[in-house]
Amino acid sequence: MTTGTLTAGTRTEPARRLSPLTGLRNSFTLTWRSVLKIRTNAEDLVGLSLQPIMFLLLFVYVFGGAISGSPAHYLQYVLPGILVQTVLFATLGTGLMLNQDISTGIFDRFRSLPIARWAPLAGAIMGDVTRYVISVVVTVGFGMILGFRVKTNPFAAIAACLLVLAFALAMCWISALIGMLVKTAQGVQVFGFTAMFPIVFASGLLVPIATMPGWLQAFAKANPMTLLAAACRGLMIGGPVAVQAGESMLWALGILVVFAPLAVRAYRRKT
Amino acid sequence: MTAAIRADGLVKNFGKTRALAGADLAADAGTVLGVLGPNGAGKTTAVRILTTLLLPDGGHAEVGGYDVVTDAHRVRQLIGLTGQFASVDDGLTGTANLIMIGRLLGLSRGSARSRAAELLARFDLSDAAARPVKTYSGGMRRRIDLAASLVGRPQVLFLDEPTTGLDPQARSDVWDMIRMLVADGVTVLLTTQYLDEADQLADDIVVIDHGRVIATGTPDHLKSQVGGQVLEVVPADPERLGDVAAILARWTGADPAASAAGRQLTVRVPGPAVLPGIVRQLDETGIELAEFSLRKSSLDEVFLTLTGHRAEEEPVSGGAAAGSPAGNEIASDEVSHDDARLTEPERAAR
Repeated sequence: MTTGTLTAGTRTEPARRLSPLTGLRNSFTLTWRSVLKIRTNAEDLVGLSLQPIMFLLLFVYVFGGAISGSPAHYLQYVLPGILVQTVLFATLGTGLMLNQDISTGIFDRFRSLPIARWAPLAGAIMGDVTRYVISVVVTVGFGMILGFRVKTNPFAAIAACLLVLAFALAMCWISALIGMLVKTAQGVQVFGFTAMFPIVFASGLLVPIATMPGWLQAFAKANPMTLLAAACRGLMIGGPVAVQAGESMLWALGILVVFAPLAVRAYRRKT
Repeated sequence: MTAAIRADGLVKNFGKTRALAGADLAADAGTVLGVLGPNGAGKTTAVRILTTLLLPDGGHAEVGGYDVVTDAHRVRQLIGLTGQFASVDDGLTGTANLIMIGRLLGLSRGSARSRAAELLARFDLSDAAARPVKTYSGGMRRRIDLAASLVGRPQVLFLDEPTTGLDPQARSDVWDMIRMLVADGVTVLLTTQYLDEADQLADDIVVIDHGRVIATGTPDHLKSQVGGQVLEVVPADPERLGDVAAILARWTGADPAASAAGRQLTVRVPGPAVLPGIVRQLDETGIELAEFSLRKSSLDEVFLTLTGHRAEEEPVSGGAAAGSPAGNEIASDEVSHDDARLTEPERAAR
């Protein structure tokens, strides 16, 4: 071991290019970093868990009776919707973290290292999957404590969760783009929530869209959240699944195809 | 041996601001190049270009013989960067930060861990290794930053204002670390706003202002250019300013400059040897002194000498308005041949 010097070591001729495999390994290292950060940042973890709990309690007990006649009845209906909403909100974290990384200078550290250019972005997003999984587990778990019951079978319920996660993986590229275009973390939060509220509420996530005015129904019907929530409902409590699941995944694919390149481009611009 | 760092005519614009206007830099392997300049001079921009973080708009730069634009990946394998910008992850512990970088550089889990422990010990951070970096003090933080840039055993190290904002003790610690690295044969490019820092550490100094290199040379060369030390004298009685000026001029062979308030005289002195003579004669002439101090030339004076303008605008002193008329009057009455220089602000320096 070379304990004597800080820097002396065997010098090898530097490589001209980076192999894709190294890029993947870099991404995994940075994924590990994101996960480690979740573990060490208690506030983030508490916030991540409290939010779905709060939404479930508020919606079920405040609106439940008025919308469905009883909270228990509404819970069965709204849980898949809140699941979608929670994970959607959690995607904001991707943009926040990227924004923070850029403003604190850790991105510059990464960029001065001989690692794949895309690894920090990929690492941040793969690390965030962990956060989404936590959101899903807390939402479904707490829902079940309140009395939610899967009426289909466990596999279908898991499929519903995977569907939501897949959708979140597409949505987080929008968040990443915002994170790189907006100057401050506060800006990301304000901008992100402002954009998300109409998407969440003008949809079939929390209420049936039948009572909305015609123009709003048109929007809500086209809203991919409506499709995603309907597919989850079908998978968890029964009903049609195939069309809604297929269409929501098409949406996810579309979002990915449009926003992933945009986010990567914005990221390169920062380079 | 080829130059470890070489930049020719670097140009970088940010919108309408010209951050670099054709800067040339060069450092031989194993030496320390000090890049000296005030805020906004273009130091950081130059570092960012040399470390591949920024593309130049013009010019050419090589690090370790590789072009920073076309061979950026190779350059990144040779360099380490610490500074105002490249940072560590606040939310992770000191150990985790260093392991992360080791893993990114392709070290195995075991070697990344032992390299982290080695660096933490070397930088006196072993006790804080398991704490998140956000709990570190300013000096500790700078040390973990420095350690982070050394994980990959760089041949060329870029330090962007490594001691800005540190207290004197932490500052001298960082200086010791840098000396240790140089002893290992690392080439260092160091930007600083402090002349004494460049003086302490650098083999060569480049002075940058407004994106242009305005002087290069060894610290000694530069200091002889700006006149070593500066003597400041404030007579207790402002009316004696003229007499004091005459005495200072006689002993130093230079024309003293009066402060804007007309109370203080500043003159470059070749060395401390002339001081006893000056003090004796002031005493014999019966001039009481309110202040008599010798200090090193500041960056400000380097700039004044080299560029004719101040590095940064001085805040206007509160007493200026009250003291000024009397001081100017005396100066022009009693030392008429010197009055132009005396009443003029400290521009007198060539």
